[in-house]
Amino acid sequence: MSVTLSLEVNGKPVSLEVAPRTLLVDLLRDSLRLTGTHIGCDTAQCGACTVHLDGRAVKSCNVLAVQTAGAKVTTIEGIGSDAALHPMQAAFRDHHGLQCGYCTPGMVMSALDLVARHPAPSRDEIREALDGNICRCTGYHNIVTAIEAGAKAMKA
Amino acid sequence: MYEFAYHRATSLENAASLLASADDGRVLAGGQTLVAAMKLRLAAPSDLVDLRGIPELSGVCRDGDTMIIGAMTTHSAVNASDDLKATIPALAELAGGIGDAMVRNQGTIGGSVANNDPAADYPAALLALGATIRTERRTIAADDFFTGMYETALEPGEMIVSIGFPIPKRAAYVKFPNPASRYALVGVFVADGPAGVRVAVTGAGSGVFRATAFESALSGRFAPEALDGLTVDASELSGDMHASAEYRAHLVGVMARRAVGKSTGA
Repeated sequence: MSVTLSLEVNGKPVSLEVAPRTLLVDLLRDSLRLTGTHIGCDTAQCGACTVHLDGRAVKSCNVLAVQTAGAKVTTIEGIGSDAALHPMQAAFRDHHGLQCGYCTPGMVMSALDLVARHPAPSRDEIREALDGNICRCTGYHNIVTAIEAGAKAMKA
Repeated sequence: MYEFAYHRATSLENAASLLASADDGRVLAGGQTLVAAMKLRLAAPSDLVDLRGIPELSGVCRDGDTMIIGAMTTHSAVNASDDLKATIPALAELAGGIGDAMVRNQGTIGGSVANNDPAADYPAALLALGATIRTERRTIAADDFFTGMYETALEPGEMIVSIGFPIPKRAAYVKFPNPASRYALVGVFVADGPAGVRVAVTGAGSGVFRATAFESALSGRFAPEALDGLTVDASELSGDMHASAEYRAHLVGVMARRAVGKSTGA
């Protein structure tokens, strides 16, 4: 039994038929082919699936797609392009804020939620904000440096 | 996840009638526990009634000497509320320590309270502050609400509308978080308010409870030293791979002393 779901993804209206049990992350990856959002643990712990729901970071593996009806969803594809990276993405590249890169989309989306509310976060605040994002390469030091630099670049 | 029918309620009345006509309907708030449980097939409701579309269920407001928080208010919103920071800062701070940032953006106070996880933070605040839970049918005192592990006084189909917190003279919450899950291994909420001194403990047993011996001691003298030599009975606490019952009993005393110190600025 499917239902019609209408929402806005990366600024574009989307309307499609989904089964109520479809997770937001599966809608994004399988139906909309937005595969930048990753599934890591699939148990709402690792944060690789982090996207913005009406401007706030959420774990899309733990949200039903139908819960986002009428909402605005932003994924990593919605913040920059290959030709023009978002300043936060550029900071991750410049400061080697990734190793394997699997957790990076979630890290960037969490970072942007933090910077939206705290334009100049301290290193401690950045670490606290990343509580729900796990990097198994354990590259946290450079991730924190990248977010610090990305926040500065966004103000410039 | 098993299949289910999804309904977005347009009002409380609409939600009540949707629940009444479902075989095995459940209320969906933020879903941070329920969706995860459904993925694991630990929960398999026939119908989900989503309260997200009822705007009057979200928000924080003041009514005399009581702060009222709508059931669908997210942990982030409670944490960021200037009104709460000015009246019950311990409650705003508690909300900012639940789960992680993404869970706090989606999880709600009503969902957490209705779920009554034995290691959740909010139940300790409700019990210590002498809160009142308002449903679409009645009001329930926190003392009568938390009835056991994942059990509450809510009847089938009954929904939390808001929670009222009397503003205390002073209060503080201190927890020892499990380093992996961030759930409270032991959390203690101490409040000195209209109902006297109350000490509520979460994480340590099968559900939130009051440490009445601590309350009596603090009623005489509200200072960390008043708790010297006092303990809780480890035989009634939980022991697991994370902490033995004896260690939890010890932590209750430590967290309580820290909370009293914090609430008095000591």
